[in-house]
Amino acid sequence: MKSISELEQIRKATLERINLRREDKENEVRVVVGMATCGIAAGARPVMMAFMTEANRRGLSQVTVSQTGCIGMCRYEPMADVYLPGQEKVTYVNLDEEKVRRIVLDHIVNGRPVAEFTIASAQNEINRGNKK
Amino acid sequence: MKIYRSHVLICGGTGCTSSGSVKLLDRFAQQLKEHKLDDEISVVKTGCFGLCEAGPVVIVYPEGTFYSRVTPEDVDEIVAEHLLKGRIVRRLVYHEHSEVPNHSQSLNDIDFYKHQTRVALRNCGVIDPEKIDEYIAFDGYKALATALTEMTPQQVIDVIKESGLRGRGGGGFPTGLKWQLCAKSVSDKKYVICNADEGDPGAFMDRSILEGDPHSTLEAMVLCGYAIGSDEGYIYVRAEYPIAVKRLQIAIDQAKAYGLLGENILNTGFKFDIHIRLGAGAFVCGEETALMSSIEGRRGEPTPKPPFPAECGLFGKPTNINNVETFANIPQILLNGAEWFRTMGSQRSPGTKVFALGGKINNTGLVEVPMGTPLRTVIYDIGGGIPKGKKFKAVQTGGPSGGCIPSSLIDVPIEYDSLVEIGSMMGSGGMIVMDEDNCMVDIARFFLDFTVDESCGKCTPCRIGTRRMLEILDRIVSGKGEEGDIEKLETLAHAIKDTALCGLGQTAPNPVLSTIRYFRDEYEAHIKDKRCPAHHCKDLLHLEITDKCRGCTACARVCPVGAISGEPRGKHHIDIDKCIKCDSCISKCHFDAIIKV
Repeated sequence: MKSISELEQIRKATLERINLRREDKENEVRVVVGMATCGIAAGARPVMMAFMTEANRRGLSQVTVSQTGCIGMCRYEPMADVYLPGQEKVTYVNLDEEKVRRIVLDHIVNGRPVAEFTIASAQNEINRGNKK
Repeated sequence: MKIYRSHVLICGGTGCTSSGSVKLLDRFAQQLKEHKLDDEISVVKTGCFGLCEAGPVVIVYPEGTFYSRVTPEDVDEIVAEHLLKGRIVRRLVYHEHSEVPNHSQSLNDIDFYKHQTRVALRNCGVIDPEKIDEYIAFDGYKALATALTEMTPQQVIDVIKESGLRGRGGGGFPTGLKWQLCAKSVSDKKYVICNADEGDPGAFMDRSILEGDPHSTLEAMVLCGYAIGSDEGYIYVRAEYPIAVKRLQIAIDQAKAYGLLGENILNTGFKFDIHIRLGAGAFVCGEETALMSSIEGRRGEPTPKPPFPAECGLFGKPTNINNVETFANIPQILLNGAEWFRTMGSQRSPGTKVFALGGKINNTGLVEVPMGTPLRTVIYDIGGGIPKGKKFKAVQTGGPSGGCIPSSLIDVPIEYDSLVEIGSMMGSGGMIVMDEDNCMVDIARFFLDFTVDESCGKCTPCRIGTRRMLEILDRIVSGKGEEGDIEKLETLAHAIKDTALCGLGQTAPNPVLSTIRYFRDEYEAHIKDKRCPAHHCKDLLHLEITDKCRGCTACARVCPVGAISGEPRGKHHIDIDKCIKCDSCISKCHFDAIIKV
């Protein structure tokens, strides 16, 4: 026998599981992981799984994790783009599971992109290296 | 609860099942396992998406990529490319125009869906109909919980009344009023019946709702029981709908396990039970009094009204009977309010209506549009127009009880009253599109043939009258029509309409009357000139070979009766006495040299 509060629990839990299919995507946070051969070889699959488990653990139902193909910068793989509503996308490079956990907490939850993991910082490092 | 990164939705409606969607399900399971993706991706069997023409249909979320006509071999490619590597398989993406799209087409980008408003079909193709949790996730049983705990039965009825919802089974009787009448009847026992005996040729709205979202009907029936004071319901569904029956039974079992059906629902003390009754496929059993006789175990024959079911229905008790689509709207109205419902559709007919599009149309399938949408939007914007560039001639709405709407009235808004004004009716929602090759006299004959077959024989006007009409029509299409036949048909039609016992007989002459009204010239051509303007009626045409003939002998070789003769490289000709008009030669001819006259 279910009570009304149990009904509400089922609703929330199931919605979390299937919310990929919801059509209102205005508040959606999208994480797109590069999952071409290069990305997978560099370890994109554990990275993607980390995004999923982390979002799941924190109950971030507005986050969808999806995948995309190769964007041409294979040496930076595993890469991921994070889209927050109304903001420009942030591209993270050379990811691992530890970095993903920080991105989810700092960027997705608190809204502060993790500058040191972004593609811009990686490019700067290369530029500095060239000058030396 | 497990979260997946991607969901693969496979249509498990009747249309896609018959085009092989079950095989896809197995193939996906096997392929995902092989690629070790079964932990990340879930495969869900859903109800009908509505675009049956393009089946089997597969949708991949979160991208919302819409794959059509997928074969088991394609599954390997979708898994290896799209699911593993994230590259959409463009070759299989559904596209309405001839060019292949260069972006992933998602459901809402497609014209077919863009013009639709899905209320009754909101969950079809979205949830797994065999999992009650998914229905609950999309606010399922929330309306019931609210009604049972916060509303009185009268308040429930008032909301339905204010919404202006009218019966979607065809008659368009105000649902709130129906519930009110039944609630007022005093009795120790009352019944709720769901009429799922969808019998119109070419109609499959109710089937798709039951297959795709069975819980919405169950929830509405419990709500109705609460509103009118009943504790028992029956769903009368055709035995020809095995998938719908199976999913209904699963839904009933799950709802009972959750305490949403049966004794003491949601701990409120209210009880309601639902049984399924299978109909044997008699058209007349869709008529409410005949339907109730059939549930009682008697012969499916109508009885005169009054008494109406609201006073004396099933087993002599007050009964409320609604159609599947009507019920499917109820939980949404209670959740969102009567005001919300009235924002859709027209003043006199609020809400939306589901139509089954069939016949000579590009996108055969299921569509749901606000009431008052012009026919043109449904046929051209959603339906994608007429195949092979042919001319639109008419659309038949309301099945054997409805009538034809000619191309000149294509801008008429679709709602109960406007359709009746032009001599057709809403019916349950079948829409059969006809092009220039359809003979309207033959269409009328086809529908009348159906009702003659399905007449239960209880009353004379229907049993004998419709048969006499059919005989006249048979004569006309075979070239033996006589002067005065049209008038005879009209007299008979009006007499039958006025005197038949039930809805079946009273509406049976509609297809004939409406085609006479708009296509009288075609009747006259058949009778006076012994000519079928659409070149359809075999007895009124013969085949001829024109000067385009190059003498390739292809036609002579394919003719099964040896009616075509001629020298190679010389013009051939057809012996019309031998010709059986099978049209084989027309389809074989490369030069369009053979015509019908």
